[in-house]
Amino acid sequence: MFTELLAQHFVHTALWAGAVVAVVSGVIGVFVVARGMSFAVHALSELGFTGAAGALVLGLDPVLGMIGGSLLVGLVLGFLSLRGRERDSATGVVLAFGLGIGVLFLSLYQGYATEATNLLFGSIVGVSDAQLRNIAIVGAVVLAGIAALYRPLLFSSVDPEIAAARGVPLRALSVGIFLLLALTTAEAIQVVGFLLVITLVITPAAAAQRLTGRPTIALLLSVGIALVSTEGGILLSLEKPWPTSFFISTISFTAYVAARLVDWNRGREKRLSSRPPRRVWAVR
Amino acid sequence: MSVVSSQGLGLAFRERTLFAGLSFELAPGELLAVLGPNGTGKTSLIRILLGLLEPSAGRVVVEGCPPRERCHRIGYVPQQRVFDRDLALRGRDLVRLGLDGHRWGFGRLDGAAQARVDSALTEVGAAAYADAPVGRLSGGEQQRLRVAQALVADPVVILADEPLLSLDLAHQRGVVDLLDARRRAAGTPVVFVTHDVNPVLHTVDRVLYLAPDRWAIGTPDEVLTSETLSRLYGTEVDVLRVRDRVVVVGTPDDQHVHHVGEELDH
Repeated sequence: MFTELLAQHFVHTALWAGAVVAVVSGVIGVFVVARGMSFAVHALSELGFTGAAGALVLGLDPVLGMIGGSLLVGLVLGFLSLRGRERDSATGVVLAFGLGIGVLFLSLYQGYATEATNLLFGSIVGVSDAQLRNIAIVGAVVLAGIAALYRPLLFSSVDPEIAAARGVPLRALSVGIFLLLALTTAEAIQVVGFLLVITLVITPAAAAQRLTGRPTIALLLSVGIALVSTEGGILLSLEKPWPTSFFISTISFTAYVAARLVDWNRGREKRLSSRPPRRVWAVR
Repeated sequence: MSVVSSQGLGLAFRERTLFAGLSFELAPGELLAVLGPNGTGKTSLIRILLGLLEPSAGRVVVEGCPPRERCHRIGYVPQQRVFDRDLALRGRDLVRLGLDGHRWGFGRLDGAAQARVDSALTEVGAAAYADAPVGRLSGGEQQRLRVAQALVADPVVILADEPLLSLDLAHQRGVVDLLDARRRAAGTPVVFVTHDVNPVLHTVDRVLYLAPDRWAIGTPDEVLTSETLSRLYGTEVDVLRVRDRVVVVGTPDDQHVHHVGEELDH
């Protein structure tokens, strides 16, 4: 049965769509984690849901509504360009209000509930050729955007004060990363659904940064973990008819736990071997 | 020829005036300490010199050019702010950002740029831990890397805003020595904002003292006297010399007893 399914066109389409989404999510995830934007990712995806529900009520394409919703919220949060606790609460406030509207849209929607359910939990095997093309185009836009912004984005993520002193436009970059993140979220939703976008955008990058201190290696590892999770999840769901997003989130979570164990073990070895002197990277 | 020239510089937020008529010149190789209690505009002065804040009056130029036009590289060493423990960034990467972090694109380091990063790391004695993740280094080690980051682009002036805060005495000494060595070797002037003059007292050329409403500039022996500070504060202030340390007693606001006891505070 597995090999038969593997020969199917829709499975190929799903695998390709999953690969594009995994690469884009893995790349942007590194910056999202460095900037502490996990909660913002959640807000963007939930409000993408509101946008999709709104589009369904109006009889429009829910994917367009989703992208519109995420972009709008990304623009607002990016312009606020808040830091720390203030951003945390502002994101929560926007998220709560947006979800409230989403609930209203859903109750107004007279069509089949499956469309909404697919958006909540993802429906990777239902991706059409046209959708795959759109996913690829949006993915290319996001990757090009990150490539263009790479250095100032890294600078402003790790050291905003000094970056500003060097003339890096912090607010413009904040808007930029939020818009790119909104597009990424809208992509990831189509694979894993609103509720599990974090499993592709946050988990792989969080695992990667436990494994290496090198920014470029972290980027590659993050993409690798996202790819293995997505493609592995799709293949496993061919074998066993459980939801794809369950498998994807399980694989990426396993990678995260493994990364923490590797990191912990490394720290332990260093502590054992460096006594005395106590510090590992001590100066003279 | 002075590197930084300030004429009649004033800064006010709404009706509150931080300072006014501030004029000074910064000569090559000079180390100027900016002292004074909180809220008198020490950090704002740095932000003006960085081109991040517009003065309300007067003008300031760095090598003849307004800071906001960014004609010249300005080295900036901020207060130590701890990096996230898991940040995927090595000391080497942090220093590199000081060289080309403001440029667009992904960028590759050529051999010459690589050599500059390496020599900045060696200059601050950070070569041994340059490949470790910054978030796992001590505060003193992180601050050395920030000095390297400020030096790597060969700045015309170095601005340090409370760079010693939350460092232990040995690391305070280390950071001061690095900046001192640079200004002596390369003639790069240093503006050093601090609430405690003692860690830099042995090397400082002049002191700019910003008090509420008034300011004074001159050598430490001219400014850090009971007479000058009493005049600045408009009340009786005593400046004592205890061994090699300066202790200021009797500033109006107790919060501003800033030259004594800060080791206890931080």
